[in-house]
Amino acid sequence: MIKQIIFSGILLITLLIFSYTLRNLGLLFRLTRKTKPFGQWSKRLTLTLEVAFGQTKILRKPLIGFLHALVFWGFLVITLGSIEMVVNGIFGTERLFSKTGFLYSIVSASGDVFAYVIFLGIAIFLIRRKWMHIKRFSGIELSPRNKKDAFLALFMILFLMVSLIGINFCFISASPDYTAGVYPISAQLAGIWKISPSHARLFYELSWWSHILLIFIFANYLPYSKHFHVFMSVPNVFLSNLEPLAKLPNLDAVTREVKLMLGGNAFQDSGSEAPTRFGVKDIEDISWKNYLDSLTCTQCGRCTEVCPANITGKKLSPRKIFVDVRNRMYEKGTQLIKNKSFDDNKSLVSDDFISYEELWACTTCNACAQECPLNISHPNLIMDMRRYLVLEEGKAPSGVNSMFANIENNGAPWQFSPQDRLEWTKE
Amino acid sequence: MAELAAQGKKPEYLYWVGCAGAFDERYQKVTRSFAKILNHTGVDYAVLGTEESCTGDPAKRAGNEMLFQMQALANIEILNGYDVKKIICTCPHCFNTLKNEYPDLGGNYEVVHYTSFLEELIDQGKLKLDKSVLSDRRITYHDPCYLGRGNNIYDAPRNVLDKLGGNFTELKRSKSFALCCGAGGAQMFKEAEKGNKEIYAERTDDIIESEAEIVATACPFCMTMLTDGIKFRDRQTEIRNLDLAELILENLGI
Repeated sequence: MIKQIIFSGILLITLLIFSYTLRNLGLLFRLTRKTKPFGQWSKRLTLTLEVAFGQTKILRKPLIGFLHALVFWGFLVITLGSIEMVVNGIFGTERLFSKTGFLYSIVSASGDVFAYVIFLGIAIFLIRRKWMHIKRFSGIELSPRNKKDAFLALFMILFLMVSLIGINFCFISASPDYTAGVYPISAQLAGIWKISPSHARLFYELSWWSHILLIFIFANYLPYSKHFHVFMSVPNVFLSNLEPLAKLPNLDAVTREVKLMLGGNAFQDSGSEAPTRFGVKDIEDISWKNYLDSLTCTQCGRCTEVCPANITGKKLSPRKIFVDVRNRMYEKGTQLIKNKSFDDNKSLVSDDFISYEELWACTTCNACAQECPLNISHPNLIMDMRRYLVLEEGKAPSGVNSMFANIENNGAPWQFSPQDRLEWTKE
Repeated sequence: MAELAAQGKKPEYLYWVGCAGAFDERYQKVTRSFAKILNHTGVDYAVLGTEESCTGDPAKRAGNEMLFQMQALANIEILNGYDVKKIICTCPHCFNTLKNEYPDLGGNYEVVHYTSFLEELIDQGKLKLDKSVLSDRRITYHDPCYLGRGNNIYDAPRNVLDKLGGNFTELKRSKSFALCCGAGGAQMFKEAEKGNKEIYAERTDDIIESEAEIVATACPFCMTMLTDGIKFRDRQTEIRNLDLAELILENLGI
C-alpha cells in the first residue's frame, strides 16, 4: 500500500511538470502564424506509416539507419511494457497484463529481446559519437550544451535498458517457476548466472524503481532536449508538407495587393485586416509548423551533410536554421508571453542568428528536405526569410537586383528585348 | 499562337520556350532541337513568341513574391485568353512554377515536362530511335533538382536515355541523392557566397569520376553550370554536355 501511495504521488508530480511544459509550449505556439486548414488524412496516415513507423527515410543510410530502426521499433514494444508498469504501480499489482496470455508472451518476449538490442545499439551510437569523428555531429550551430545533451539522452536510454534488463533478469531469478511472460535472453542469462532469490527480489525492486523513475525523468527532460523527437517525430511526419518539394506556396497577402494594383484600385482600403509583415523576420512571423519542425529536429545533421552550399564551404547549414528558430523562440517567446510588448532589438533574421550570407547561399535544391528523416522543410522557410529581406528591407545581392529589374522591364531575367523571343527559330 | 488564333485554330499544345530557351545562345540549340522533334512527330503545337514572359520563378526564389505574382497574373491572363489547356516545358523551373504555383492564382493547365513527353512519344511509337548511333559510348545523366527531388521525375529521362542506347552509368550521387549544379534559387544571377569551392566544380568532379563521354542534362541552368564546370576542369575535349533533345535529334539525323 505504501508503495502504491509513493508511486502515485511521484506519477502525479511527473504529470504536473509535464502539463506545465505542454502549457508553456502551447503559449509559444500561439505566438506563431496560423496556416490554411489541411486535409488529406488518408494520405497523411500512409505517409506516417511509411516514414515514421517504416523508418523509410532514416534507412537512406542503410547500416546506421537499420540500427536506428531497431531502436525505434524496440521503443514501441517497450512502451507497452512501461504502460503496464504504471498500471501495476498504481494498483499494486505485478505483471497484471499477463492475464492477456499469448499476447503477453509475444510482447514480453520481444520486449526482452529488444532491451538487449537497444542496449547494443545505443552503445554503438555512443562509441560512434565519441570516437568516430562523424563530420555531421559537429558544426557552428552545435554548442557544447547541444553536444552534452546528445550524450545525456543516449546515456539515459542506456540506463533505461540496463534497468529493464535488471527487471526481467531478477524477476526470473526470484521466481524460477514464473508463468507470466516469456523472456528469451534474460532466461538464458539467469540459467548461467545464478543469484539467490532474496537478492533477486531486492535487485528486482531496485531495478523496477530505477526504471520507472528514469522514464519519468526522461519524459520531462525530453521537451527541453534535442531528443524531443521521441515524442514529436510521429506528429511532425503526420502533419508534414504533402506538396511536391519544389512548390513554394504563394503569399496571399501579396496576391491581395497585386490584384488591387492590377485592378487600378491601389489606394482602396483593403479591409479591416491588420497589415502583416511580408516574409519572416522573427519568431512571430514563422508558422506553427516551422516551430513544430524546430522542436522535432534531432540535430542529426543529415540535411547539412548533403547541402551543396555547405559541402563547398559556404556558411549556410540547413540544420542551423531550425536550431536558431528553437533558440530564438526560447529567448524571445518566453519573454513575449510575460510581456506582450517585449523587444530586445534582436531578430531571427540578423547577424545574431541567421545572416544574410547564409540565406543567400541556398540553391533551393531541396536535398536537405529530401534527406530529413522527419520531413522538416528547410528551403521554404529560407525563402520566407528572403521574402522579408527583399520585400521589407530591400536587401538583395546586386546581381539579383539586376535580375528583378530585367524581369520588370523586359520580362526576362536577362537584358533582352521581348521582341527577340523568336530569335531561336533562325539558325 | 497569335497567328493561329487569328485563323481560328486551337493547337493542342503550347510549347513554353522559357527565357533561357529564347535567349541563351547555347540553350537556343536545345529549343530548336525540341521544336524539330515536335515537327518530326507531327505534334500540334504553338509558341507564344513575343507574348511569352518570365514565369517569375527566379524572382520568387529570390524573395520577390510581388514581382513573381505580377508576372504570373499577366501570363495567366494571356494563357487563359488563348484558352490554353496543355503546356510542354523544357525548363524544369518553368515547369514547376506553371504546374505547382500557377493553379492557386487561377492558371490551371495540364503541364508536362518534355522528358515525360518524349517518353510518351517513344512509347506510342511516334519516335523511333536507333541504338546503334551511340553504340557503346559511355553516357551519364545529371538530375535537375526541380525535376527530380522537386517533382519526383526520375524515370522519364532515364527511360528516354535507355532507348538512345550507349553504355549508361549513374553518377555517384544520383536520383534523389543527386547534387545540385549550383544555379537554383536565383544563384544563376548572383555571385556565389564565400566558400572554398564552386558547386559546379564539385558536381563536375562526379561526372569526371564516372568516366562518361557524354553528360546528358534536361535543364538550361544545369547546362550552363556543367558546361562551365567542364571548362573549369579543362575536360572540354573528353566530355560533352548535351541536352536530351539534342541527343535525340542527333539520333534521328535530321
